[in-house]
Amino acid sequence: MTYADRWLLPDGVEEILPAEAKAIDALRRRLLDLYSTWGYDMVIPPLLEYTDSLLIGLGRDVDLLTFKVTDQLSGRTLGLRADITPQTARMDAHSFHRSGANRLCYAGHVVHTRPKNPLATRTPIQAGLEFYGESGIAADIEVVSLLLESLSIAGLTHQHIDLGHVGIYRAIAASAGLSKEQEETFFELLQRKATTEIRAWVAANINDIETANLFLALPGLAGDKSVLQKAKALFSGLTAAQHAVEQLMQVAEIIERRYPTAELYFDLGELRGYHYLTGLVFAAFAPGYGNPIASGGRYDHIGEVFGRARPATGFAVDITAISKLGLLPRKSLNAIAVIESTDPLQWRAVSELRQQGERVVNVSATSDLSELGCDRHLILRDGHYQVLAI
Amino acid sequence: MSQTLTIALTKGRILDETLPLLAAADIRPLEDMEKSRKLVFETTQPNVRFLLLRGADVPTYVQFGAADMGISGKDTLMENGADGLYEPLDLNIARCKLMTAGVKGQTTPPGRIRVATKYVNIAKQYYAAQGRQIDVIKLYGAMELAPIMNLADEIVDIVDTGNTLRANGLEPREFIADISSRLIVNKASMKMKHVQIQAIIDCVAGAIQSAE
Repeated sequence: MTYADRWLLPDGVEEILPAEAKAIDALRRRLLDLYSTWGYDMVIPPLLEYTDSLLIGLGRDVDLLTFKVTDQLSGRTLGLRADITPQTARMDAHSFHRSGANRLCYAGHVVHTRPKNPLATRTPIQAGLEFYGESGIAADIEVVSLLLESLSIAGLTHQHIDLGHVGIYRAIAASAGLSKEQEETFFELLQRKATTEIRAWVAANINDIETANLFLALPGLAGDKSVLQKAKALFSGLTAAQHAVEQLMQVAEIIERRYPTAELYFDLGELRGYHYLTGLVFAAFAPGYGNPIASGGRYDHIGEVFGRARPATGFAVDITAISKLGLLPRKSLNAIAVIESTDPLQWRAVSELRQQGERVVNVSATSDLSELGCDRHLILRDGHYQVLAI
Repeated sequence: MSQTLTIALTKGRILDETLPLLAAADIRPLEDMEKSRKLVFETTQPNVRFLLLRGADVPTYVQFGAADMGISGKDTLMENGADGLYEPLDLNIARCKLMTAGVKGQTTPPGRIRVATKYVNIAKQYYAAQGRQIDVIKLYGAMELAPIMNLADEIVDIVDTGNTLRANGLEPREFIADISSRLIVNKASMKMKHVQIQAIIDCVAGAIQSAE
């Protein structure tokens, strides 16, 4: 091992230096304060727990993303959390019972075995919230509203929101009687909108022309609000799909009214988290970042494995990605330098300044004051300790 | 809508066939891209620019969002994975086949075989689906040489006419996939610059259809 290798961090593992750390922490606090004003209680789930509870219901993707170790105390497998949602679902189901609505929020690191996308770190910091116990559209609207509030706190003046609904593809797949494997294959193609492959697959797998047309239309059902009208007409024979489109319309109407700066984009073939989501699915994008900076949706069945299936919806914001957009204010702190003496009057003056929220730094005569961020100093003049510009 | 749009293109024959398709969307480079040493080109539309890259780098630029759209071979997309991308259009150009090939008249030995290719991931997946375990030998060119020099039992490569194979005493064997150039789009760009991008896709799709 050379000297150079010794200080290197693993690929995709990040440390955060003071200026950015301060900005990130300020954002984290403001988000948690926001969630609190809407009635969300903060929880601090553990960094690691048994994979039996951590990997429930989220599908193979999260399983692969999770670092695993053997617990020396029990011999069972522990996972480092790659997602905080299943932890809050477990807490809602078991740790404390609330019969009605339960609103929880959190902020912290998650750890991924490999970067989730080419731009991602393997140690992102997330803040998020989960809303349990309400299955109505009102809960979805509340959560999407909070996502938009989060984005404006993050400094995004235009919020690009992508909305979809997994119920639409589910309904079409069910009506066509697809096998699990067929459903997976088409899902894969749909995520890439790979038109050539989609046409070939539909020709080989779907006999009924009307159903085939629905499959072929799916990748194109993306754009502004007008796609919802188009979809509603297209799915006239499928009650479940129509119901899903109507839900999207309701959400869009209210969100547009509340947040006129939001740009809503609808993609009815977008099925992020298809394996565990059950309803509305959404994500937020920002100019200059090629991947979502926040994503979420409804996942009503996840609590089932804990013996308490509860309606649930929520989202997580990728704070690390947001800090990379460079929108967060980076205020430098202006400190007061003091050369410490044994004078109790000096101690009292310094304590008073600190109580007022001033940053007072002990320095020596040879300290580099600009490196320490000091623009003033505390000196004894005319028998009083005074703060003077340097 | 005046957001800047960046389109990543590939040098060579594919470029000659791509530019007319983009011209259908009224986007033309302001200078001859083949003759210039530049890598970024302004176009007749002030908010659209072209990048000129190596084929294998196009999906990377688009995945990272450094380019919004690009033209990439299906082989590159299959080999490198296409996470974070849409492939809304088959441009129907640079058509060929991805195949296995071996020395003419020879049969593949039973059990574990050696396969030379630049498509490491595709080769692994294909042979696994056939129920065969293979050792992959990564090469960067002149695959045909590997079976002749007994470096490999088979190769996986792009086959157009098959002339290069025959000239070296090889024969094409199994078909793996049809290859052609695809228009790819970054997912986030598609959502944020939808109107602009969809307009280009529609024009290019029209040009492809009238060419057929």
